[in-house]
Amino acid sequence: MCTTAKPASPNFPGFKVVNDIISIENEGQLADVIASAAGPLSIVGHGTKRGFGRPVTLPCTVSLGGFAGITAYEPAELVLDAKVGTRVADVTALLAQSRQELAFEPPDLGPLLGEAADSGSIGGAIACNLAGPRRIKAGGARDHLLGFSAVSGRGEIFKAGGRVVKNVTGYDLCKLLAGSFGTLAVMTTMSLKVLPAPEKIRTLLLFGLDRPAAWEAMTKALSSGHEVSAAAYVPAVLIGSLAEPLLGSGAAVTALRLEGPPRSVQDRMTALRAMLGGKTEELHTSNSRAFWRAIGDVRPFVGDSRAVWRISVPPQGGLDLAAAVDAIPGAEIFFDWGGGLAWAAVPDTGQASADIIRAGVVTAGGGHATLVRATPATRMAVAPFQPLPPALAALEARIKQTFDPKNILNPGRMWES
Amino acid sequence: MTLCMPAADPAIMARRLTIAAALRTMVPAANVITAEDALRAYDSDGLTAYRQLPMIVVLPETTAQVSAILRYCAGEGIRIVPRGAGTGLSGGALPLADAITLGLGKFNRILDIDLPNRAVRTQPGVTNLALTQAVQHHGFYYAPDPSSQIACTIGGNVAENSGGVHCLKYGVTSNNILGLEAVLMDGTVISIGGRHLDAGGYDLLGIMTGSEGLLAVITEVTVRILPKPTTARALLLGFPSNESAGACVSAVIAGGIIPAGMEMMDRPAIHAVENFVHAGYPLDVEAILIVELDGPPSEVDELIAKVESLAREAGACYCRVSATEVERLAFWSGRKNAFPAAGRISPDYYCMDGTIPRGALSKVLARIREMEARYGLGVANVFHAGDGNLHPLILYDANKPGELDRAEAFGSEILRLCVEVGGVLTGEHGVGVEKRDLMPSMFTETDLLQQQRVKCAFDPEGLLNPGKVFPTLHRCAELGRVHVHHGETRFAELPRF
Repeated sequence: MCTTAKPASPNFPGFKVVNDIISIENEGQLADVIASAAGPLSIVGHGTKRGFGRPVTLPCTVSLGGFAGITAYEPAELVLDAKVGTRVADVTALLAQSRQELAFEPPDLGPLLGEAADSGSIGGAIACNLAGPRRIKAGGARDHLLGFSAVSGRGEIFKAGGRVVKNVTGYDLCKLLAGSFGTLAVMTTMSLKVLPAPEKIRTLLLFGLDRPAAWEAMTKALSSGHEVSAAAYVPAVLIGSLAEPLLGSGAAVTALRLEGPPRSVQDRMTALRAMLGGKTEELHTSNSRAFWRAIGDVRPFVGDSRAVWRISVPPQGGLDLAAAVDAIPGAEIFFDWGGGLAWAAVPDTGQASADIIRAGVVTAGGGHATLVRATPATRMAVAPFQPLPPALAALEARIKQTFDPKNILNPGRMWES
Repeated sequence: MTLCMPAADPAIMARRLTIAAALRTMVPAANVITAEDALRAYDSDGLTAYRQLPMIVVLPETTAQVSAILRYCAGEGIRIVPRGAGTGLSGGALPLADAITLGLGKFNRILDIDLPNRAVRTQPGVTNLALTQAVQHHGFYYAPDPSSQIACTIGGNVAENSGGVHCLKYGVTSNNILGLEAVLMDGTVISIGGRHLDAGGYDLLGIMTGSEGLLAVITEVTVRILPKPTTARALLLGFPSNESAGACVSAVIAGGIIPAGMEMMDRPAIHAVENFVHAGYPLDVEAILIVELDGPPSEVDELIAKVESLAREAGACYCRVSATEVERLAFWSGRKNAFPAAGRISPDYYCMDGTIPRGALSKVLARIREMEARYGLGVANVFHAGDGNLHPLILYDANKPGELDRAEAFGSEILRLCVEVGGVLTGEHGVGVEKRDLMPSMFTETDLLQQQRVKCAFDPEGLLNPGKVFPTLHRCAELGRVHVHHGETRFAELPRF
């Protein structure tokens, strides 16, 4: 038990414990806290994603929010090192000065989860393996973590990976830790791959397509040589929430993004329009940025009280999934990743339609459905993360055991422990 | 140099024929190889300096057979060495005297081509190039293209997390696969991922890729395929010094351009390949770069002009832009034949594979030149310069006493240098047995223990490909208890290779 508002807890001598929160200032401290922990610890950055996943109510929280700062940035090497508490917004702002970016477009789920915008940490973005619309072209958060230093549940400081992209030295623990929600080890510093930002962005909007026609258009575009870097489908009913004046026409929107040098974007846009035909509009660079940010940040479902699911399926399976979700009264759904990523809002009652949605995933050809937003009661009642087949669940439990044998780090955050 | 491998168990070896008979109840009898002349074909992989006859070779044809074999071996305590095409360069498929080499060569069918979902499900024994050939008439390809792509298999690519000349822009194997079926050492068949993106739990796809056959045996792979770029053109650039070529590489990346490929060769490499394939390389330069741009024609034109201008600023004294597809392929023919060309100028060569920050290229090259004099051996350098992945080819003659040892010592010094300048021991060839004993130059004891504990979650008895990757063999029960305080070493009595 942490002891409230005492300058030094008897359980963690030498550390400042305020309101049951231990704030970490360096990696050595973190190792000492974990090694001396008598019981489980809740691990947070700035806490903006605590509403995501199973609710963890533990007496003691370790905060890395104050462990912040960009320690190295080498534009010509395409690499940036940061402490995990650094805000994503600070990283992207610095990169922008050298016309670079995090190519996986980390979404800001703060507003969706009722938190302030632009307040999430880079550690949280990687630990939750969140990627935005460019996931289909540039890879996920997991593909941009080159190396890290971390403290395991054993209280041991270890590192893996490096600061270069081409690296097969030892197991790729970066992949394992990205998306592990702080349940295996607590990363302290990370080296991230960064890339040049596109000079020009344009988005082609196709209006009024029904789902089969929209899927046909997205598939055609993504199978072409026009290097489409994002493809989304938003039904008419959700368009208003994207707050884009051009989109007020009241029709469903199929959106395709092109990026690159100006002439190239222009030429590809011409070719894409010719290939797809129909009633179209174009968004230029800054409107495109706003549009795709709204898609990535799940703007259509910000501020309502429904439960929100994030569902990854084969792109063509999105159609079957949508049909399953249509059967839920009060549900709405929109798609990113060319139909392969669905965001569905459903009434937050009972199990938030978990059975229907997970059956829909099976019909869609397999994948995973994660309950991203719901009341704590709902998130206790259903498994927010896709339940695994027994062999994989056993293997993952053994992996957890190797990093955190005493089950100290975020127990119950992903699955009931 | 003698390589220390885990001691063979004479009790297992004594039961060789009984074990073979048991295997013949699981797979067709002809797929169990015990005759010495037939075993000879499996005695090494692409790292031919090390050879060892396997105890038995077994060639299963189905996942159920792989599962039966592994379950049996787990029960009997028999070690397994998985093997694809055997083209690996780090000794990952080097046999053990008391182990069964499990070859996946009969898993050679493409199972499903799903164009709308842009995914191909295949057995692991299909070659890398065959995947691209199966979809190219539909306008697609499989992006990672290791130079052994005509022979290496996709299963081996996953095991080694292979790269290739185009991974600068399109990523390595782990960025391009969606799903796996694999068999754990206890015979459990697991299925990971599918045709969707990302994992619902821990990223097992990520940890399995590049695990060098130590975690599970891969029996099925689902890869992502990409639409073929509409155009590709290349520049052939010559420089008066390695420094100016290195500066050009940094200038291109800093200029916001990610070429499809950016390859560098130094003077010895240029001369070796030019004499071999007559690619039309300039011979009066110290270094060349091949820079390939792909995408829509207008973009390629624009970027070619930009790269050319950056190259001139960096001091390029030679510049040719491919005007035709034939010319582009001619530029590449030299690079792709660099290894065999080295084989023509020297009886033997030893190919290294470190990665360094791009900015350290010319510094590292200068240090390698110093080492050449010290070791009395020549080096031809070829690199994936765009991502800092070096392939120095150390030229030696195995028939001259002591030269192999000197070549290996030279190679180790180069790799330690890579780590010293902020790079890593291996960019794409894997650790295997080759770089195993260098691992402590990059990782602490704690780092390595945590990696080995992960292996225990998959293979608690350590039967799958032992003696590879890790310089110290631990028993899992001990690993669970080990706690390292301030870097002190525990279990000093355990074998360290």
